[in-house]
Amino acid sequence: MIDRLKQIKLLAIEKIGEVSDFDSLNELKVKTLGRKGEITMLLRGLKDLIGEERAEAGKVANDIKNTLENLIDSKTAELKTKELDMKLRNERIDISLPGLPLQVGRKHPISMVTEEIKDIFIGMGFSVAEGPEIESDYYNFEALNVPRDHPARDMQDTFYISEEMLLRTHTSPVQVRTMEKLAPQIPVKIIVPGKVYRKDDDATHSPMFNQVEGLLIDERITFANLKGTLMLFAQKIFGEEVRVRYRPSFFPFTEPSAEMDISCVHCKGQGCRVCSHTGWLEILGAGMVNPRVLQYGGYDPEKVTGFAFGMGIERIAMLKYGINDLRLFFDNDKRFLTQF
Amino acid sequence: MGVSINWLKDYVNFTWTPEEVAHRLTMAGIAIDGVEKSADDSLLELDLTPNRGDCLGVINLAREIAALNGTGISIPKIEMQENQEDIHDYISVEIADPDLCPRYTARMIKNITVKPSPEWMQNKLLSCGINPINNIVDVTNFVMMETNQPLHAFDYDLLGEAKKIVVRRAQAGEKITTLDDVERELEADMLLITDNGRPVAIAGTMGGQNTEITDQTVNVLLESACFKNTSIRKTSKKLALRSDSSIRFEKGSDINGLIYAVNRAAALMQELGEGEVVAGICDSYPDPKPLAQVVLRPERVNYLLGTSIDAAQITDYIEKLKFEWHEEEGNLLVTIPSYRPDIEMEVDLIEEVARLHGYEQIPATLPCGDTTQGGLTEYQKFKDRLKQLMTGTCYEIINYSFITPRYFDMLLLPGESSLRDIVRVANPLSEEQSVMRTLLLPGILDTVGRNLARKNSNLAFFEMGSVFYPQGEGLPIEVLKLGAVVAGKLEMNWLKQEIDMDFYYLKGVLENLMRSLGINQLTWMEANDSCYHPGRSAVVMSSGKVLGVIGEIHPLVRQNFDIKPRACAFELDVDTLFELSHQRVMMEQITRYPAVERDLAIVVDEQVKAFEAIEIIREWGGDLLQNTVIFDIYSGEQVPAGCKSIAFRLTFQSNERTLTENEVNSRMDKIRDGLKATIKASLR
Repeated sequence: MIDRLKQIKLLAIEKIGEVSDFDSLNELKVKTLGRKGEITMLLRGLKDLIGEERAEAGKVANDIKNTLENLIDSKTAELKTKELDMKLRNERIDISLPGLPLQVGRKHPISMVTEEIKDIFIGMGFSVAEGPEIESDYYNFEALNVPRDHPARDMQDTFYISEEMLLRTHTSPVQVRTMEKLAPQIPVKIIVPGKVYRKDDDATHSPMFNQVEGLLIDERITFANLKGTLMLFAQKIFGEEVRVRYRPSFFPFTEPSAEMDISCVHCKGQGCRVCSHTGWLEILGAGMVNPRVLQYGGYDPEKVTGFAFGMGIERIAMLKYGINDLRLFFDNDKRFLTQF
Repeated sequence: MGVSINWLKDYVNFTWTPEEVAHRLTMAGIAIDGVEKSADDSLLELDLTPNRGDCLGVINLAREIAALNGTGISIPKIEMQENQEDIHDYISVEIADPDLCPRYTARMIKNITVKPSPEWMQNKLLSCGINPINNIVDVTNFVMMETNQPLHAFDYDLLGEAKKIVVRRAQAGEKITTLDDVERELEADMLLITDNGRPVAIAGTMGGQNTEITDQTVNVLLESACFKNTSIRKTSKKLALRSDSSIRFEKGSDINGLIYAVNRAAALMQELGEGEVVAGICDSYPDPKPLAQVVLRPERVNYLLGTSIDAAQITDYIEKLKFEWHEEEGNLLVTIPSYRPDIEMEVDLIEEVARLHGYEQIPATLPCGDTTQGGLTEYQKFKDRLKQLMTGTCYEIINYSFITPRYFDMLLLPGESSLRDIVRVANPLSEEQSVMRTLLLPGILDTVGRNLARKNSNLAFFEMGSVFYPQGEGLPIEVLKLGAVVAGKLEMNWLKQEIDMDFYYLKGVLENLMRSLGINQLTWMEANDSCYHPGRSAVVMSSGKVLGVIGEIHPLVRQNFDIKPRACAFELDVDTLFELSHQRVMMEQITRYPAVERDLAIVVDEQVKAFEAIEIIREWGGDLLQNTVIFDIYSGEQVPAGCKSIAFRLTFQSNERTLTENEVNSRMDKIRDGLKATIKASLR
């Protein structure tokens, strides 16, 4: 009987090895280990045996049963893996086909640059202040030391609503409005983003454009602080390697006044078409707040000093993104807007 | 204006190349735009700031170079022979309006021979773009270029009998034909030079034809005066007449330098025209002003600049400028020469020191005051967030704040619409940009039309910007709006899932936005707005406040804006959104008990709104009804004519227990009864 059992075992092992599908495996299992299977049938003859022989045959039969069951189990697992592999192989897709075009939008480049500038100055402890786009002559000019019929008014051709009312030509009126609100508290530390308007329309001028203005009033604010602050700003927005220079200039609301140039972002200062072969790009105007403006705002110029600066967002966006025509900003062509 | 290097060298010594001069001047605040080279000379292209009009005079520009290289300046000596006569026997001057003409001087040159000026002078004039005419006119122009003092020459014999110059304001309607052969009507407040009868010149702007220098001129009356800058600017603007003279007076002239200029011109006329100079100057200066004196505190220089320039060096810079000064209590009391009217305060002198020291020499340091928090207000954060949320579906656009009034007609706004109540620009560039917008919609539609014309399809845009409503005499009210528009389909794709960006698409965008902002319980009421399709537009409200309007654009409005495909838009009030938005969301407990879903299909009249059914379902569903979703709308064969079928999926759930079949069933029965009773729904 033991020999017969061993024979069955060998035969079964061989067959399990050959089986390649679940049905055959199942059939084999039933045939070998089932209730009416070979081993069961054979073991019915066990009662005819006696003593040691019976015990041994029983043990062998059990071992064989276990061995075969294990084999069948692992074969089942093997077949399952194979089957899954096959399924996955059949489910292969063309991963080169484009993904679903989810409808998304983007911010306008002007908004993106404005937010970037805001973030830089907020990081330096500035708050954001805002003011009306239609302003009084007083806040736009007079309180900024630009009296009526002063030649400095020619620097900014103005859209008027009435004698006393105009479209603000710069964000600077918010300087005075903020000072009036806060005086005599210090520090005043604001930036002012917003739309401004000038009566000009050509390839390099738009009748509406965007500015960011900055103002810091405190005890012992110096021109050196202005340089340091703007240097940090330039490096953050144009990269660590940017160089800056300052030229004396004139704005009625600052004295001394300066214009800041950065090394050309295209040629790194070597000289190219973008920078008119000078290596430098004019980027913002700045200066120490004119004592008269401090007085208009309610501060004593002997006690506090301040600096102010202002820049055109479009200009910075043009340099950052290589935009060559100012008019693209307000043309709102989808092919332009989708690029940012 | 171009300034000749050779001419500059008449007054100051320097060895710098023209490029070096240009660079150094630019870095000292006298901007040179470029250097134009010719065979034996170079021209510096000046780009002066309005405070430094003085540098239009070659001598004054030479002073700047002298201050930069520390050399002296040589101003031409005046050598002339005056005759024995007295100018006052020839002319008298009366300044009737000294507020506009603080000083007026005249000199007389007799028996002059009018002829071309010598080549050297002609060349200098040509170098700065002035055409030579004759020795008299050329001398006035030459001296103006040299000293920045505009001069005017009258033909003495053509002046009226009285031989009296009266400087006065014009009477409205008075007329004069100027040298450019144009008859000009004057307004009161314009300053005139008259010969005690008729106008002979518009002060500081242009002379009259009636006393013009001609080949026949024998005796010349030379004017050298100071006129108030703002008056000249106003006159020249109003007459649209800008001359070399008015440009200079506008920027402030040298009230003392005019004596040198008139003498220099007289001497040159004598030299070049064999004229006889009558002795003396007729000088009318009713209220002589002493030179301004400004205190400069060396420690204040360093305080403001953040430098440590020592007092001696500061003094040295003042000396380089050739400003007179003396010490007073450890400070410098600086006398400001009259050719620098821009210097009025100590800070102006500090700027002089800074620019000669070099802005590059000033250190760069960060402010060291108390640390400040900085940052955005809640409202500012909200606005940024709104933009961010909108970019989930739309591209941001920025339109001009001014629009054409035609837009209101194109939007079919009724005549009495308050949106036609506008803020008008008094001096617009064109009619197209002449009024301030009262709504974003027209700009947004214009953008759509323009994009479609360029074959850009499938458009989704948003804009956030102010609109303007007039408010009596005060500043207009500025209201921030958020507008959006969609037209076309979601981008085409190979999965062939085409979704029309229609009313429901945009409504979805809006609903999602509101959900993100925490604005709940929106109500939608049919809108009555001329811009929109009357059957496909709604006023959106929450908490009893109007948020804005959403709808499909009226076909006629689309036509007016050249938009062929259907388009939908909304325009919302940002401040109201801010007011209603709830930033803080409290988490709701997630229930452990299972949900029960039931589908319900009803047939109702076509006119019944889905929302009415949902209201009833919610009412009868009670607090166990967690969610109601419409998953099908159908009208057609299976449904009686004039009716539609709506299918809902209702979710019941409790936080406290597992719901029983009976509980849900009884709710469903009540809902069905409610629907039957209220909107005559039949069940499918």
